[in-house]
Amino acid sequence: MYQFNYHRPASLDEAASLMAGADDGTYLSGGMTLIPTLKQRLAAPSDVIDLGGIGALSGITDNGNSISVGAMTRHAEVAASNAIPALADLAGQIGDAHVRNRGTIGGSIANSDPAADYPAAVVALDSTIHTTKRSIPGGEFFQGLFETALDEGEIITSVEFTKPTAAAYAKFPNPASRYAVVGVFVARCGDATCVGVTGAGPCAFRWSELEAELGKGFSASAVANAALDHSEFNADIHASAEFRGNLVRVMAQRAIERVA
Amino acid sequence: MANETGIGAAVKRKEDARFITGAGRYTDDIGAHGQANAVFARSPHARARLNGIDLAAAQATEGVVAVFTGADLQADGIGDLPCGWMVKSKDGSDMIQPAHPPIAVDRVNYVGEPYAIVIGATLEAARNGAEALEADFEELPAVVDLASAASGDQIHENVPGNQCYDWELGDKAATDAAFAQAHHVSSLDIVNNRLIPNAIEPRAALGEYDAASGMYTLHTTSQNPHLERLVLAAFVQVAPEARLRVISPDVGGGFGSKIFVYAEETAVIWAAGKIRRPVKWRAERSESFLADAHGRDHVTKAQLALAEDGTFLGLRVKTQANMGAYLSTFASSVPTYLYGTLMAGQYRTPAIYVEVQSLFTNTAPVDAYRGAGRPEATYVVERIVETAAREMGIDPAELRRRNFIAPGDFPYETPVALTYDTGDYEASLAKALEHADYAGFRARKAASEAAGKKRGIGLSCYIEACGLAPSQVAISLGAGVGLFEVGEVRVDVTGSVTVVTGSHSHGQSHETTFAQIISDRLGVPFENVTVLHGDTGRSDYALGTYGSRSLAVGGSALIKATDKIIAKGRKIAAHMLEADEDQVAFAEGAFTVADSNQSLTFPEVAFAAYVPANYPLEELEPGLSEKAFYDPPNFTYPAGAHICELEIDPATGVVDITSFVAVDDFGNVINPMIVEGQVHGGLAQGIGQALLEHGVYDETGQLVSGSYMDYTMPRADDLPSFTVDTTVTPCTHNPLGVKGCGEAGAIGSTAAVMNAVTDALGVASVPMPATPETVWRAAQVA
Repeated sequence: MYQFNYHRPASLDEAASLMAGADDGTYLSGGMTLIPTLKQRLAAPSDVIDLGGIGALSGITDNGNSISVGAMTRHAEVAASNAIPALADLAGQIGDAHVRNRGTIGGSIANSDPAADYPAAVVALDSTIHTTKRSIPGGEFFQGLFETALDEGEIITSVEFTKPTAAAYAKFPNPASRYAVVGVFVARCGDATCVGVTGAGPCAFRWSELEAELGKGFSASAVANAALDHSEFNADIHASAEFRGNLVRVMAQRAIERVA
Repeated sequence: MANETGIGAAVKRKEDARFITGAGRYTDDIGAHGQANAVFARSPHARARLNGIDLAAAQATEGVVAVFTGADLQADGIGDLPCGWMVKSKDGSDMIQPAHPPIAVDRVNYVGEPYAIVIGATLEAARNGAEALEADFEELPAVVDLASAASGDQIHENVPGNQCYDWELGDKAATDAAFAQAHHVSSLDIVNNRLIPNAIEPRAALGEYDAASGMYTLHTTSQNPHLERLVLAAFVQVAPEARLRVISPDVGGGFGSKIFVYAEETAVIWAAGKIRRPVKWRAERSESFLADAHGRDHVTKAQLALAEDGTFLGLRVKTQANMGAYLSTFASSVPTYLYGTLMAGQYRTPAIYVEVQSLFTNTAPVDAYRGAGRPEATYVVERIVETAAREMGIDPAELRRRNFIAPGDFPYETPVALTYDTGDYEASLAKALEHADYAGFRARKAASEAAGKKRGIGLSCYIEACGLAPSQVAISLGAGVGLFEVGEVRVDVTGSVTVVTGSHSHGQSHETTFAQIISDRLGVPFENVTVLHGDTGRSDYALGTYGSRSLAVGGSALIKATDKIIAKGRKIAAHMLEADEDQVAFAEGAFTVADSNQSLTFPEVAFAAYVPANYPLEELEPGLSEKAFYDPPNFTYPAGAHICELEIDPATGVVDITSFVAVDDFGNVINPMIVEGQVHGGLAQGIGQALLEHGVYDETGQLVSGSYMDYTMPRADDLPSFTVDTTVTPCTHNPLGVKGCGEAGAIGSTAAVMNAVTDALGVASVPMPATPETVWRAAQVA
């Protein structure tokens, strides 16, 4: 990696002022993407501002109808929690044990990697991204490939998830990296059903056609009737767009079966 | 001496304590005073003219000690990297070897080819310097795959049609005649996918030059340090052999990829002399992907002719083999003498004709990788046999049985230049079928179908030629080196034993296995035997470890040396006990006079040899240390039966191996636990090839599968719990009756998996690796 100035602020204010004073600063949360990028000299930030020293950013709070997951909460901690079992199940499928013990929810969603797992839950559940500046509805957060609604220097402080009536996450892991080739999160919130899809498109999205079909009757057979355009889906050596389209349907069926 | 540490005992590995506790001593653990660090600048292009390199900015970079280009090495008389096996084409002409300068001079021919070495006081400085290089590349169209290799742009000036050679083996006319009388002909197009070796320890080198003595010392990750020394001295001309010591300390896996003499250690040892300062290089993982020699990469058309009763009449094989951009150290031999010669498999096929065209492409060089040619041959034979069984409606196990070479047929001369010494193929198959509950398969398949899954079963009855090899045979076929081994047994004054072997352990556990043999033969406690290896300063010229040869060849050399020790010991004991030599017998660690209670222990005789008070000095030299060279009369022929059963989820294409049975005949087994471990590792690699691993270049020659994000290494949860068993027909021509076990898992398993995948899907073929999408697509049409 190239040389950079390393900082470990104790507060969000300190982090913000360090960022403001840096030529080309970057925040470090779990480092699961940033550190490999630095090691390969693919990024050359002037300053790396490690958010790991800000204790207030970590931990899970049960608010009754919802839970708040601090942005620096490690995947392993979410996997071991029980307020939203489907979310815990999702966290337990991220990467491997090393990644789950380092990676954070805030870092994951701020990166908006198209193959990350959390975004499927963020868009499917009634969720809110709380930042140092504002609160962003989960459905408006992901804006494209590695693009989010976050402004320059804005830090995610927590992610709030309303507890669903029932939910499940079905994932088809990349055989090499174990990222999601496709992941589908199905959440029932009262009468409504929300379906979040990750891995398939440039960023996580809701499959509204399936949600409409499920509104007519909550059954895995609804998947066959739901339109899905895979022409713009991601394609790589592991899965073509067409195969991803198939996997979205199959993972959706399996998630629905687990919810039902 | 039958005891708990002797031959046949599952002794725990001596090596493991240091490996598990992080106390191993690998090349990168070794540092030299004043050591500088090297980084190689590597081509970003698959094919380009290198019109020049502006070194100024790199040389001016803080901490950069030196920058050298290919021209600097050439100016200093450093030669090309040679290929050590001459293969001749059908017309009798020699294969064409393109120039292979260690550091590119005016052309680059694959992504990752080094074009400069930058040496820095720190690694950071060297990296900064490498980034500051300004190379003037003029990109040229790349020739990336076998399909376009023969018709694409000519890569090397002296290689028309990019063809290295067009080789043949076997009797074409007899094979044509066999096909003319066939009742049935099965045909199959086969692609053997490119693999990237991925040893856990990346390659590394530390070069040192001692100006006072003129000695060069190279620590490097080599499977055969003497070969490294020979090539660097005789061909590359870094220094005369006597002034070059190559040490290969603990090495974390090789799988063939560390046999070869590479550009990096060549440049490092040369540069150490040039700058009079030690130079260290260690590969990053991404460099390993780009610049370690890759494996496999064949395209084949195979045809099997059968009589009405299923008797094999003839086999035709036509293969194109990808050599990559240059000929690596043994690349030419892999698709020829380690491939075509295995086409008889376990069968009495009377007529076989094999043609192999080797072609250059703008990809990393391809050379031996675990099994080296024999997995490719097994894949061809066992896929076409399975195909024929299905087409003729004969049970695949039964069709194999009908064609097996029978125990009474040995020694058996194949139509493709080998003579098998012994085997019992039906015994291995019978045992494997029993372990696999072959009879119960139909019921299990029905149960899977009821659950919406597709279940398949696949057999593979492989043979390999190991224990490489008889030197004269290999040399007559084009090898540039002999293939014997050396072993030295040094009995210490107190009767403990230091063994120096020319074999090299990079995972094979020689420190344990060889100690078991010595302990067993000399009656010396296992813990009193120390095995040394991997140092040209310690052992005589040796050939190292590959081709499952360590025990069959290196172990046999040790037995020969041990026999000399015992013979000398008997002479010493006869003198001391005032008996005739032929009356003194050696057993269980004691020299005993027949029909008497007169006896001397092994340590007593050893002590007498080194403190020769009562000793026949006029007849015998003092000391008790013997060395032997062993050159085997034949290859060894491990063989076995592998059976894979698996279940496919047609909705996702995911393959779940539900059971894998491997019954192997390795001859006598010294340490069954170590053998089982070798089989497990080989199976993981063979299954990895079938389902997971794939070295992929895009159409411009960029390596797409250049990291673990995209290159799928097999992991524990991809694999079942293996059922591993053995049968034993001892090798007839080496003193231990051993055959070798290092490659069998990787050789036999791939075909078993793919036979099971195609069985489950009911299709003729599926390309490897059978990834979820590949299987899903096949399931759509099946």
